[in-house]
Amino acid sequence: MAVLIDKSTRLIVQGLTGREGTFHAKQAAAYGTNVVGGVTPGKGGTTHEGWPIFDTVQHGVEETGASASVIFVPPPFAADAVMEAADAGVALVVCITEGIPVLDMMRAMTFLKTRPKTRLIGPNCPGIISPGKAKAGIIPHNIVKEGRVGIVSKSGTLTYEAIHQLTRLGMGQTTCIGIGGDPFIGTTHIDALQLFAGDRDTDAVIMIGEIGGTAEEDAAAWITSHFKKPVVAFIAGQTAPPGRRMGHAGAIIAGGQGTAAEKMAALTAAGVKVVKSPADMGKAIKEVLRA
Amino acid sequence: MKIHEYQAKAILARHGVPVPRGEVAFNAAEAGEIARRLGGSVVVVKAQIHAGGRGKGGGVKLARSPEDAETIARAMIGMTLVTHQTGPEGRVVSRVLVEEGLQMQRELYLSLLLDRAAGKPVMMASGAGGMDIEEVAAKTPEKIVRVHIEPGVGIVPFEARQLGFGLGLDSAQVNKFVKLGTALYEAFVTSDASLLEINPLVVTQAGDLIALDAKMNFDDNALYRHTDIRDLRDLGEEDPLEIDASKFALNYIHLDGNIGCMVNGAGLAMATMDIIKLAGGDPANFLDVGGGANAEQIRNAFKILMSDKKVKAVLINIFGGILRCDVLAQGVIAAVKELGVPVPIVIRMEGTNVDEGKRLLKESEMNFTTADSMDEAAKKVVALAS
Repeated sequence: MAVLIDKSTRLIVQGLTGREGTFHAKQAAAYGTNVVGGVTPGKGGTTHEGWPIFDTVQHGVEETGASASVIFVPPPFAADAVMEAADAGVALVVCITEGIPVLDMMRAMTFLKTRPKTRLIGPNCPGIISPGKAKAGIIPHNIVKEGRVGIVSKSGTLTYEAIHQLTRLGMGQTTCIGIGGDPFIGTTHIDALQLFAGDRDTDAVIMIGEIGGTAEEDAAAWITSHFKKPVVAFIAGQTAPPGRRMGHAGAIIAGGQGTAAEKMAALTAAGVKVVKSPADMGKAIKEVLRA
Repeated sequence: MKIHEYQAKAILARHGVPVPRGEVAFNAAEAGEIARRLGGSVVVVKAQIHAGGRGKGGGVKLARSPEDAETIARAMIGMTLVTHQTGPEGRVVSRVLVEEGLQMQRELYLSLLLDRAAGKPVMMASGAGGMDIEEVAAKTPEKIVRVHIEPGVGIVPFEARQLGFGLGLDSAQVNKFVKLGTALYEAFVTSDASLLEINPLVVTQAGDLIALDAKMNFDDNALYRHTDIRDLRDLGEEDPLEIDASKFALNYIHLDGNIGCMVNGAGLAMATMDIIKLAGGDPANFLDVGGGANAEQIRNAFKILMSDKKVKAVLINIFGGILRCDVLAQGVIAAVKELGVPVPIVIRMEGTNVDEGKRLLKESEMNFTTADSMDEAAKKVVALAS
């Protein structure tokens, strides 16, 4: 089993005709994902790399029965794309776009509350992959391996790092979820943990957080009362200076809040195995699974 | 992005928020002229830097005459102002705001920011104006009143009234507060601000509400649709290396250490700083070259790292997903050949085409140190830098 995405997923690509969209749609299809078409306003009725293109997500869903969408549209139009997909009833929307204005995303999140059937992953994330089954996004599939560890992460390349460490140690993954580094995201650490809690093939979880906000502290509180599987956590930004935005829009220590130390302490108190070094994530999973 | 107080006040005034009369001066003569135009018995001369705590550092002074204002401005412009927010090195003052003096009866605090947990803007007020809100929150949290605003609806008068009465304003003042709060919210959302802080908001002897100070920060992601705000950027307030990096669209933050870092991805870049520190070293910077970096970007990144004279060794940590390791290796080799990097370079790469990348590095016969894990890379670079 896996969560969110598998062989039955029918994926539509918003922004398929762009450079990134084309590249990653082909990658996903090559990995075995059922990519059913694309959406680019104004190019409806054409085909691109053999896929039908639609003007609207609604039309695309009617014609292809798409159950999931992945978004590769530029930042000024991405929040719009998220809302369009939700309005068309797409159950899973994965938004890869980085650099969306924060207020646009806040309004989109308010809109999504009125479309409760849709789950958003991201934005500003690498997407998701269920090894051996399917992917939506940009996670390099040559490093993954089918197995029994779930990954949830705010950071893209750190997700790859975690996957790689596990794979090198002979441990595979059920599903890897990049939730994104923006201040407003559709799926939180807690949401992802909830999914892994219900997945009988996931034995343990690597959770990767970073400075800014209180999502990791919230997850720690939730783990204490709800999550029984072993969790290994790493928090990036232990040495980040306060008040500076560290690349990701959400990664900022503000008014003394959002530090790595607070997050690590909360997670440790919740029984999570917190590693100080990003090189130790894989090893720590091996240890907690042996224990 | 940050702007100066006088710039923030101009934006607020355009939206109908009452601010003191005043103008910016770049030299002492201008300051005297402005004071003369303002008239009155007292004007205030305020140093304009992108940091708070200016009053305690000697950056806010009263002048009793235009000549006095000129003298104060002469001393202030060019001085290095040190406050608790500037760090020990301080900031050089290059402009001052000259404003009318006000008779006030109360100082309040008012701000707007985005509450991540609630997913909404929050307007916060407190009766303890002039104090840092973090300090008020820690010592007397009961003095802070706040309302969350529905993004789709905007601020509603009753929400502003709740704050106004919560601050103990009388009903005439509350009416003024509702107008001011509404204008403030408009200024916040229409300019894509990430923070708007009025500290203090004063109640004058006449019972008027006036924004005596103003701080605005903006969402960098939204600057593309606010060219007027982007033009307010003051390069004099920024680190020269960070300015150069921003020209190359590199995500760079200058730090104090001696190990230059070049990484793809913000999370991995932070983690790389962390692991250098764990290995006993000090990172010289945060640098994310981005997921789609090419040879050109790697050359640019080297230029920035090499402009930092404190850098004694460089650690390149790349997880190749979209960016292939062979492309990275070619970029590094070309950049080092062209720029003649004089410090040791440790390269750790992983991911797509890693074997080809390693082969290229080896065959270049240049003096690269390679590492197979982040751990090993950090230890090696720390040893080389010390």
